[in-house]
Amino acid sequence: MSFYVELSNLTKIYPTPKGPAVIVKDFNLRIAQGEFVCLIGHSGCGKSTVLSMLAGLNDITGGGIILAGKELVGPGPDRGVVFQSPCLLPWLTAFENVLLGVNQVFYTATREERRQIAEYYLTVVGLGDALHKTPSELSQGMKQRVGIARAFALKPKMLLLDEPFGMLDSLTRFELQQVLIDIWSRTRLTALQVTHDVDEALFLADRVVMMTNGPEAEVGDILEVRFPRPRDRKAVLEHPAYYEMREYLMTFLHERAHIKRSPASTVTSGAPPNEGGGRADKRASLDRAMNRDSKDVGMECHALSRKGATP
Amino acid sequence: MKKLQLDWLILPMVGFALAILAWHILSKTVSKDLPSPGKTWSDSREYVLKPFAKRGEMDQGILRFTWYSLVLVAKGYAIALLMGTPVGFMLGLSKPFTKTFDPIIQILRPVSPLAWLPLGLVLFLGAGKQASELGALFTIAICAMWPTVLNTAVGVRSVPQDYLNVAKVLKLSRWKTLWKVLVPATLPYMFTGFRLSLGIAWLVIVAAEMLTGRPGVGGFLWQEYNALNYSRIILCILTIGIVGFLLDRLMSVVERRFKTA
Repeated sequence: MSFYVELSNLTKIYPTPKGPAVIVKDFNLRIAQGEFVCLIGHSGCGKSTVLSMLAGLNDITGGGIILAGKELVGPGPDRGVVFQSPCLLPWLTAFENVLLGVNQVFYTATREERRQIAEYYLTVVGLGDALHKTPSELSQGMKQRVGIARAFALKPKMLLLDEPFGMLDSLTRFELQQVLIDIWSRTRLTALQVTHDVDEALFLADRVVMMTNGPEAEVGDILEVRFPRPRDRKAVLEHPAYYEMREYLMTFLHERAHIKRSPASTVTSGAPPNEGGGRADKRASLDRAMNRDSKDVGMECHALSRKGATP
Repeated sequence: MKKLQLDWLILPMVGFALAILAWHILSKTVSKDLPSPGKTWSDSREYVLKPFAKRGEMDQGILRFTWYSLVLVAKGYAIALLMGTPVGFMLGLSKPFTKTFDPIIQILRPVSPLAWLPLGLVLFLGAGKQASELGALFTIAICAMWPTVLNTAVGVRSVPQDYLNVAKVLKLSRWKTLWKVLVPATLPYMFTGFRLSLGIAWLVIVAAEMLTGRPGVGGFLWQEYNALNYSRIILCILTIGIVGFLLDRLMSVVERRFKTA
C-alpha cells in the first residue's frame, strides 16, 4: 500500500540552557490519500509541534516528512493551514484574505477566475453574504470559516488544522465541525487535524492517532473510526460503537498517555500494539461493534440509537 | 446630556477667561513690561483682521506668515518621513542593523534643533540664496525623523507572528510580505510616529526661522522682538500654539482612521 504522507522518525529537539529538550521523538505516521486523521493528546504533548513541522513553520530536528513523493522543505501553499486563531489580516476583507492565497497559487489564472475561486469557497463555508466584511465585523466563528475557506481555496495537497475550533464556544464548534466536514466531503483532501476534543476527533476522523505525553512524545495508539460518510452528528452519536470508542480514547488519555514506550510497541498505521490482555479484549470488542455497523448502515443506525447510546 | 455639553464648552471658556485675567493682573502689577491683553489686541489687530495682507517682506498678515512656515514645515517633514520610515523598517527587521546603528541614533536624537541649524547652514553654504532654506529643511528633517524611525521600528517588531505565519505558509515573496503584511500591520505605529514627528517639525520651524530671519511666524516673532513690539511676540506665540494644536488634531484624526484597521 502506498502512502501519500509519511512522517518517519520525526524528532524535535530544542536546545535549552539545561541541555537539549526532546519534545517529539521518533514520531512515525503514514496517511493515505484522502484520509482524515485526527491527532489527540494532552496539552503540551507536542502534537502542535508535529503539525507545525508538517506546515514547515518549525524546523525538523531529525527524521523527515514525505508528501506526495517529495520530501518537505520549509513552508508552502501546497499545504493549507487552518490556525487555532483565525489569523486573518485585519486590514483585508474576508474575500481579500482568501484572495491573497488564491493569487499566490493560481497566478496563471485570470483575475476573474481567481475572484470566482475565492467567492466559491467563501460561499461554501456559508459566508456568501459577508464576502466584503472585515474581520472586525465578523464573529469568532465566522472568522474561522474564512480561515477554512482560505485553506481549501489553495487546493492544497494536504490540509493541516491546528485545533481550529479550540477557541470557539461549543455550539459554534459543532456548527463549524459540520461546515468543515461538508467542505471536506466535496474535496476529500488528505487532512491532519490536531485536537484535544475526543468527540470532535470521532466525528471528523477516519483514524484517531493518540499521542503520548511529552517529553519524547510519540504515537501511542491508533484507533480506526469507520462511521459511514457523509457523516451526520446524530447518526454518529447514536452509533452503537460510539461510546465504546469514546471510552477507549478517554482511557488512553487518562491512563496510558504517560506510559513510556516499550521497544516492542512501536506502532505503525493502525496495527494495535499488544501490551496487555485487557486492552486487546477491548480492542476486539470495538472491532466487533464497528463491524456490526458495516452491515447496518444508514437509517438502521437511528433505530439502534437509544439502546446503543447507553455506555 | 446638557451637562456634558457644558463640560466641554463652558469649562474651557472659564479656563481661558481665568488665564486672560491672570495675564491682565500680572501686566498691571508685577511685570509692567508685559503687554496687557488689551494692548496685545490693539497692537496686533491689523495682523489678525487682515491675515493675508502683504505690506512688506517682514510686515504681513499673520496667516500669511503662518502659511510660509507651514510650507517649509511640510517640505522638511516630508523629507523626515521619507528618510525615517525606511530606516525604521530596517531597524525593525534586522537585529544586526539595530545593534549597529541604534547607539548613533540614541546619541543624535536628543540634539537640539538650535545645535543642528548652524551645521545645516554651513553644509549648504555653497547654495547661496537658498542656503537658509536648505539649512532649515535639513534641521527640520533631522530633528523630526526620530519619532518616525523609532515608532516604525517598534511597529515592525510587534507585527504578530500569526500574520507572518500566514505570509510564510502562502510563501509570499519578500516584497509581497513587506507590502501586504508588514506595512499594513505597522501603519498604526507609523502614524503615531508621524504625529509626533509633525509636532517636532513645528517646534523646529520657529527656531529655524528665528535664526535665519526667514519670513514666517518665527521670523516675524524675532523681528518684533528686535523692534521692541512685545505685544506681537505674544500674538506669534498664540498663533504657533493654535497651529500646533490644530496640526496635532489633524494627525490624530488620520491616526485614528488607521488604528481601527
